[in-house]
Amino acid sequence: MKKSKSIKIFVSVLVILVLSMNMMACSTPAGETDTEGDAAAVEGFSWDMASGSTIKVMFNQHPYAEAIIKKIPEFTEETGIEVEYSLTPEENYFDKLTIALNSRSGDPDLFMTGAYQIWEYAPAGYTADLDQFLNDPNMVDPSYDVDDFYEGIIGGLRWDLKAGHKIGTGPLWALPLGFESNVLAYNKRVFDEMDLEVPTTMQELLAVCEELKEFGGPGTYPLAIRGARNWGTIHPGYMTTYSNYGAVDFTIEDGKLISQVNSPEAVEMTEMWVDLIEVGGAPSWSSYTWYQAGADFGAGKAAMLFDATCNGYFQNPEGASEEAGNLAWVAPPLPEGKTEINSNLWTWSMAMNEASKNKTAAWLFLQYFTSADYQKWSITEGNCVDPPRKSVFESQEVQDVLATNTGYIEAFNATVPGTTIQFTPQPHFFQTTTEWAATLQDIVAGNYDSVQEGMDQLKKTMDEIVADVEAE
Amino acid sequence: MATSANMMKKTTKNQKNIKQEDNKIPFLVKARPYLIILPALLLTIGILYPFATAIYYSLTDFSFRSIDYKFIGLKNWISMFQSKNFWHACLVTVQYTLATTGTEMVAGLGIALLLVRESRFTKTLRIILIFPLMIAPVIATLIWQLMLNNSVGIVEKFLNLFGVFNFPWASSASTALLTAAMIDFWVYTPFVMLLMLAGLQSLPKSPYESAKIDGGSPWFTFRTLTLPLLKPFIFIALVFRLMASMQEYGIIFALTKGGPGSTLMNLSLTGYNMGFAFSSLGKALPYLLVLWAAIFFISKKLIGAWLKGQQNAQGN
Repeated sequence: MKKSKSIKIFVSVLVILVLSMNMMACSTPAGETDTEGDAAAVEGFSWDMASGSTIKVMFNQHPYAEAIIKKIPEFTEETGIEVEYSLTPEENYFDKLTIALNSRSGDPDLFMTGAYQIWEYAPAGYTADLDQFLNDPNMVDPSYDVDDFYEGIIGGLRWDLKAGHKIGTGPLWALPLGFESNVLAYNKRVFDEMDLEVPTTMQELLAVCEELKEFGGPGTYPLAIRGARNWGTIHPGYMTTYSNYGAVDFTIEDGKLISQVNSPEAVEMTEMWVDLIEVGGAPSWSSYTWYQAGADFGAGKAAMLFDATCNGYFQNPEGASEEAGNLAWVAPPLPEGKTEINSNLWTWSMAMNEASKNKTAAWLFLQYFTSADYQKWSITEGNCVDPPRKSVFESQEVQDVLATNTGYIEAFNATVPGTTIQFTPQPHFFQTTTEWAATLQDIVAGNYDSVQEGMDQLKKTMDEIVADVEAE
Repeated sequence: MATSANMMKKTTKNQKNIKQEDNKIPFLVKARPYLIILPALLLTIGILYPFATAIYYSLTDFSFRSIDYKFIGLKNWISMFQSKNFWHACLVTVQYTLATTGTEMVAGLGIALLLVRESRFTKTLRIILIFPLMIAPVIATLIWQLMLNNSVGIVEKFLNLFGVFNFPWASSASTALLTAAMIDFWVYTPFVMLLMLAGLQSLPKSPYESAKIDGGSPWFTFRTLTLPLLKPFIFIALVFRLMASMQEYGIIFALTKGGPGSTLMNLSLTGYNMGFAFSSLGKALPYLLVLWAAIFFISKKLIGAWLKGQQNAQGN
């Protein structure tokens, strides 16, 4: 009797708590944007049109963010806008950001993001459509040329919110700060000493890996590539090569996304990738992220790096690493017989919170830090690379900086035309690519009898994950 | 009649007097009983509120990908029980808990028995041995990753002396659990040792003196005296270690993020991935609530057994 009374009291308390919580939640209408305090629309553009505002910006810890932070005092001086910012390591950045956006508090006003995150944030209504600002002459500095961005790069941030539809059309959800295509970086000192040819095909790459085993004694290995159990393993070198083999992640059949990871092209490519890991990868490949892969390459432990252009670049300035000055770049190796270069795109960009209460000030910030002037400075003095603006890349100052990195400009020029997002936009991107990375780890660990078996299983898993997605 | 009317009047008058006296009592005095229990009440609400909301959200399709969510009943729960990932996560949680708690309890007790005697050497060792406990598990994992590194790690160099090269450690499905459990062992064995040492030092001396006079062997003394007397401390250490091992997140996340493949995906990591990496909090919460329920019932059973043991010891 006494026990049942206690249970009743416990349940009552729970019910009261849940009800009160919901009442509290209902009392604040979600998504309501208070624009009070935002500067009123003015006739004609002026950098000080939102003077006196304070905006909050969330940065991922990255050289792009560090360069912006250095310039914030100048921005404040010119616009009268105060900037408060937070800098979070990438490991936790997106968890923190997603929760902040979901709260609809308007904090942060601006945030760093990638294109893949937009596939989650834009359909949820977390990001503002930037076309509304770009199309308003009163809001755009006359010298701001949006057509100067490489079409493939800015196109990666346009999407019509329809799962399965390729990027490049629809509203603009963010502006690019920098981008990454994926190329092969190599240590030219090691290649010269061993008299090796730089590989241009995947078969040559595998053969060179055989030659480079323990090239510098125990602890050294041929090729640094990512292997951790998350989406970061799939999107750089793997997805670049996957698309170069002609494989796709999904097709649309009867309004549903159907995974194609077990297609002959996908399996052939994955077999090659697994061979590369087994012959040339780091012994603890399965824990390798961007940081370990880049650091091993810079330290001379790995002779090659198949990853984002800038990963090796940051290791090359004098004093940045043991092998600084010895690093060089070529376009990604292709399968035998292929000549067209594809590369998967990653864009570090900046987006505006739809719930921001300081949209004018936020837009000015966005405009300032994606302008040609700032982006040129960020390359020449701010330790950034891969400008998304054509005029910046082609400027003599930037060319002079990049020319000190052997083959960088050539690899950039060869890769940029074919650089785009090779994934199909869909809201479960992070889950499907994490499963993809886990399967790759399982295949390398020998948990499947064949690559085909692993990819067949992955296809089933991916189809289940995206079963609720209605594609067009 | 008249008497009863008088009595009525008298009672009403008394009640009025009581009310008047009541009004004279300062508010703070009257509120004192409520104020006394207020911190406990706030604490209870603080504990119950997230718990209650977790149950509520587990019955919704709440996702960070959307502002709106709706009540979907037991759909998340059914889908979890039907998922092979859930049963795999349960298995990993049990394997990890048994591997870590079992070894840590035995080693912690063993080390405590070795260090219970007072000498300068044991005092120094006690201090050194608790160093790992002062390091955050994630940092400890990063240190171990360096030590186990096949290129530069000191452990690899040591194994090379015995002809073992490139031991796969966390990168192989067959050795990943061993590697994670080894790091857990390094971090948390000192905790068990500290508790056991405190227990051993608090044991009464007289039974040991009697056992010595009667010629009891060290093993006999340990089995019939030390172990039974130490039971409360063993239970406390066991409850704490079981709870922490079942919830383990930091070491596994820093080591392999649950890989290779899904080798180390326990309930905590699967719940985290669902909730944050994949933004589906509604789907994640059943995993975490199952974990909570398992920890609650196991701890309750252990504490119950401990209390029963205490009562038996006191002859109640």
